[in-house]
Amino acid sequence: MSALSLRFLPVLVRREHASLAIKLLAPPVALGLATLLNLGLYLLMGRDPAAVFRAMLLEPFLSWASFSEVLLKMGPLLLIAQGLAIGFRAKVFNIGAEGQFILGAIFASAIPIWLPQATGQWIWPSMLVLGALGGAFWASLTAFWRVRLNANEILVSLMLALVAAQLLNYLLLGPWKDPAGFNFPQSVMFQYDAMVPILIPGTRVNVSLLIACALSLAAWLFMQKSFAGYKLQVGGLAPRAAGYAGFNEGRAIWISLLIGGFAAGLAGAAEVAGPLGQLQRSISTGYGYAAIIVAYLGGLHPIGIVFSALLMAALYIGGDNAMVSANLPVAAVRVFQGSLLLAYLVAIAFVRYRLEWRHAAQGSAP
Amino acid sequence: MNALEFIIAGMLAAATPFLLAALGEMVAERAGVLNLGVEGMMALGAVIAFIIVYHGGGHLLGFLAAGLASAALSLVFAVIALGFRANQVAVGLAIGILGQGLSALFGKTYESLTVKGLPKLSLPWLSDLPVIGGLFAQDVVVWLSLAATVAIWAIFAFTKTGLVVRAVGENPKAAHALGYPVIAVRFAAVAFGGVLAGFAGAYAAVVYTPLWADGMIAGRGWIAIALVVFGTWLTSRIFLGACLFGAVSLASLAAQATGLDVNSQLLSSLPYIVTIVVLGIISSNRRLLKLNGVASLGEPFEQ
Repeated sequence: MSALSLRFLPVLVRREHASLAIKLLAPPVALGLATLLNLGLYLLMGRDPAAVFRAMLLEPFLSWASFSEVLLKMGPLLLIAQGLAIGFRAKVFNIGAEGQFILGAIFASAIPIWLPQATGQWIWPSMLVLGALGGAFWASLTAFWRVRLNANEILVSLMLALVAAQLLNYLLLGPWKDPAGFNFPQSVMFQYDAMVPILIPGTRVNVSLLIACALSLAAWLFMQKSFAGYKLQVGGLAPRAAGYAGFNEGRAIWISLLIGGFAAGLAGAAEVAGPLGQLQRSISTGYGYAAIIVAYLGGLHPIGIVFSALLMAALYIGGDNAMVSANLPVAAVRVFQGSLLLAYLVAIAFVRYRLEWRHAAQGSAP
Repeated sequence: MNALEFIIAGMLAAATPFLLAALGEMVAERAGVLNLGVEGMMALGAVIAFIIVYHGGGHLLGFLAAGLASAALSLVFAVIALGFRANQVAVGLAIGILGQGLSALFGKTYESLTVKGLPKLSLPWLSDLPVIGGLFAQDVVVWLSLAATVAIWAIFAFTKTGLVVRAVGENPKAAHALGYPVIAVRFAAVAFGGVLAGFAGAYAAVVYTPLWADGMIAGRGWIAIALVVFGTWLTSRIFLGACLFGAVSLASLAAQATGLDVNSQLLSSLPYIVTIVVLGIISSNRRLLKLNGVASLGEPFEQ
């Protein structure tokens, strides 16, 4: 940058070695930065920042009742983000997890809606499996478009998420509407055996959290220990090298999307078979998009994602708290989520780069 | 007015949000930057314009403020994606979420309120023609958008500025070696895209459907990004693509108006389905994409 060079600004210089310390510090630093920015915004909006801070970031952890709700919200975020992170590492950007989540919920709901009289302990596991397959099916459309038709998976998966929302509307306003439901767009309540068993008595936390944790472990084994996971990572880091090594790019895209869709579908199934107990319009409050942030904030690493999923779940619960106690619009949570990811992306720049001030006299050495 | 006349008359207005946002994104992508935050920038522009027009500030001020606000958001993108060399996909998604969140936050107390749109300016004689007459009666923003389309086409076809932007996108190292300020050009291209996305959102909120509803952009920002691919980064084809989407969104309305028994959810998802199908058809022509695509799209520049 010769003529327009802004010499008073520092420049980014590549580090000799990536800094592990900064990689670990980046999420908490980003959280602090985003918190400061957002508290400033609340101040401008005429809210008491201290009250919002307390309601949003402390209260979710202060009582067992609200912490158990955090754990409940953590389940779907953890599942979806683990699936997405595998794809992101392979540079397959599935951003339509919201749609795969909805399809999972729809597929899972088919069993109790079509067989409302059925009983037996087979029902909820079948719903989870069917939901996961539904999510994988929806993601497979994106995979086909990307591999066979060379279409951009970001756009296709997002468009399919918008289509999925309309499909859900259609079912809830038409064939699957509860006839005794006063015209509300929701299905019948599911029978007892369609519900995932409660894990911690006295709370709504169910076995699906255990499944999410088990799958997190599986994701760690897959990405860090298996050859298939290694091939995916190489494909993401160095596509040409992967090509020379004979790693099939199409297969990597299929695996990434199917895993992402499977996990998101499972999460959708666990929502309708868990806290909701029916198919509703509001089954997903942006989990599919929030999970993208969870995946990045967790450093795309299965262990990091466990922590970031917990944080994001707490933000959801804290946002609800702040809505009640500090009269903060629920959209504030989305603003917080967006700024959190931005702050994180700035912070991780310093893993590979450091800032260097240069004197005006000195030319920019290569 | 029959369905065909209805579509012909309304097509350009329906196409305008797509057209403006897609042209802005095209300029950014031509410079090598993939900004996926268009949906959020449009949503922010929409709410700012709505608030200003609602409080009597007028359409001109509304559009200007919308352009400024979205440009500011796009500069946040530029600082993080270009300055800090972060992953452009991730930054774009974050900007999109942030923009939509801010839009919902600011627009909360305006839900379901309405403002007055803009009058149509008719071309004499031409607008009296049968069938296609409606095409020549459009509001001032549509006319200005058409002028902007021609101007952008001319800039890329004839001027050095257009050439520099393309050089920066095709081969940033070579452009840098020739002495062009790669990062500055990219900043400018991103900001230009931000301004146009703001105008696009403003048009949607205070002219096309002058009623505030959260989430009113409804995927149009994403379709605009897809339009850049459909148009293979060429102004003229992007214009045609925007008209196609304008017509598709009107066809849904026309079908409902004529009492055709088509499922309304299917009609609402028609633009998304058309996007998926067209994206598949255009992208499967790998040669076409390679020929017109931008070589350094999405890659950070390090000198």
